[in-house]
Amino acid sequence: MARAMPLGLGRSGIAFLVIVAAAGVLVPFLNLATPVDSPWHVPTTTVVLFGKYLCFALLALSIDLVWGYCGILSLGHGAFFALGGYAMGMHLMREIGSRGVYGNPVLPDFMVFLNWKELPWYWYGFDQFWFAAIMALLVPGALAFVFGAFAFRSRVTGVYLSIITQAMTFALMLAFFRNDMGLGGNNGLTDFKDVLGFDLQQNATRCGLFALSAAALAAGFLVCRAIVSSKLGKVLVAVRDAESRTRFIGYRVEHFKLFVFTVSAMMAGLAGALYVPQVGIINPGEFAPANSIEAVIWVAVGGRGTLVGAALGARGRQRRQELVHRGASRALAVRARRAVHFRHAVPAEGAARPGRYPPRQAPGAAGGDAGPARNGR
Amino acid sequence: MTELVNSLLYLDGVTVSFDGFRALNNLSMVVARGEMRAIIGPNGAGKTTMMDVITGKTRPDKGDVLFDGSHDLTKLDEAAIAELGIGRKFQRPTVFDSHTVLDNILLALKGPRGVFASLFARLTGDERDRIDTVLATIRLTDRRHELAGRLSHGQKQWLEIGMLLAQDPALLLVDEPAAGMTDAETAETAALLRRIAETHSVVVVEHDMTFVRDLGVRVTVLHEGSVLAEGSLDQVSADDRVIEVYLGR
Repeated sequence: MARAMPLGLGRSGIAFLVIVAAAGVLVPFLNLATPVDSPWHVPTTTVVLFGKYLCFALLALSIDLVWGYCGILSLGHGAFFALGGYAMGMHLMREIGSRGVYGNPVLPDFMVFLNWKELPWYWYGFDQFWFAAIMALLVPGALAFVFGAFAFRSRVTGVYLSIITQAMTFALMLAFFRNDMGLGGNNGLTDFKDVLGFDLQQNATRCGLFALSAAALAAGFLVCRAIVSSKLGKVLVAVRDAESRTRFIGYRVEHFKLFVFTVSAMMAGLAGALYVPQVGIINPGEFAPANSIEAVIWVAVGGRGTLVGAALGARGRQRRQELVHRGASRALAVRARRAVHFRHAVPAEGAARPGRYPPRQAPGAAGGDAGPARNGR
Repeated sequence: MTELVNSLLYLDGVTVSFDGFRALNNLSMVVARGEMRAIIGPNGAGKTTMMDVITGKTRPDKGDVLFDGSHDLTKLDEAAIAELGIGRKFQRPTVFDSHTVLDNILLALKGPRGVFASLFARLTGDERDRIDTVLATIRLTDRRHELAGRLSHGQKQWLEIGMLLAQDPALLLVDEPAAGMTDAETAETAALLRRIAETHSVVVVEHDMTFVRDLGVRVTVLHEGSVLAEGSLDQVSADDRVIEVYLGR
């Protein structure tokens, strides 16, 4: 029982921290300090790719904190991630300054394009990095706090909570798709040039972001560890396993849930803020419900309630997905080629086309025409 | 009104309906300070609903529920009621399975219950002593580091009673503590409850007549949501109406 581990980290926790710290130092070093043809060289694409994984790992960690330890299955954590990303994206947009396509020193390109005359009030302050950095934590945190206050006070639990978190991220996605929102609509925010004066295309900047992501992941892990190994962490597990029992021994369950949900959302926001400068774009697609669900799958695969497993799950799933995507695009290419062949081989296809936009015709005939056309696609 | 002043728990005309079904129908009952009371009654008599009303899980449609003469329990939530000093043991033993026996007691231990108080809580020597006392009382000292989920059914029941003791409430509500226990365990549980009743007020809901006889306390018989009879077990056993609805079957 009384195994003397510093901070109660456990063997896997220490191993995890060592690996993250080593990666945070070694990967940038091997990218910058070795020549491109050296066997030790880490290509920049790998740095960027793994920088992304580190952000996903932090997101997974935040989900594991609420789901693994408090039983709150949030299917909307992607929203907090995206909000953090937008906060950082807004700063990066402002930092472009007059180097945009339209050369407007204040308004981002998309606003000029949409004939906006002045900066909306909610863009104020985002020209300062520190302001954006605080907002990247504060906005997701505030949303989680308000959302959680209503949901947990009304004792919404289980699948119902999962469904409304999902609805939340979906609603935000629809809102952010609107041009009137003033956040780039469909295209989102992109064309970033630099951050704090460092060129985002430079290897050194990318390595710096990688190291920062590693540091954020390690810090997030330590925060989670501190929470789950405190008495509060024990209360969280108690809530997960027997909520009403916890209430009857006098704990205000909703307050505990609210605390951990808010902390988790802020971690997700931080992950998003680090993700955006590395991938160079943030758009409403990040709010897509599928993203949140996928993040939950990372945690499930890696091991719910383990922290370390969740972070590793994020990396593993992503890697596999990249492979699947590569495979899928190959398969798609083959299919496309086959389809082209088919169209050429069946000259009647063009004639059958009207089946798609049925002219006034006997329904039977239209249906007959649509058949082969659909097969051809 | 003298009853009200001397009582620890005072229920008057409490009515609860679920979709037109009256789970409690004008129920009135008084539990005195330091008293142990057994509540019996057939299934659906309203025993568990009564516990739900007292602990704030269910709000009554009508009636007064007063604790310690002055606290209106119908206005408080579960956590506030627990803080006032009412502990509850469930019908099915509910302990925190993935915590150790020690942590189960630690979580129940009387003390600040706030979020930040919990985040920065450190176990003091005094708390450790109190935990040890409770563990000794429920005879789980040897298994303190084991996960609660690995305990036997009877031991889980005791652990739950131990958690109540750690909470140190003025009033303990105990729902069927002997359910699913062997005869020997049942007798031991009765002895444990009698010992607890020396320093606490206890309300025990039970089906098992031998167990109630072992407790040797005043008995309230519930039927269809109201009190049918009250008195010693021998008195109520002799009551014709009680025999008809409950004992005579």
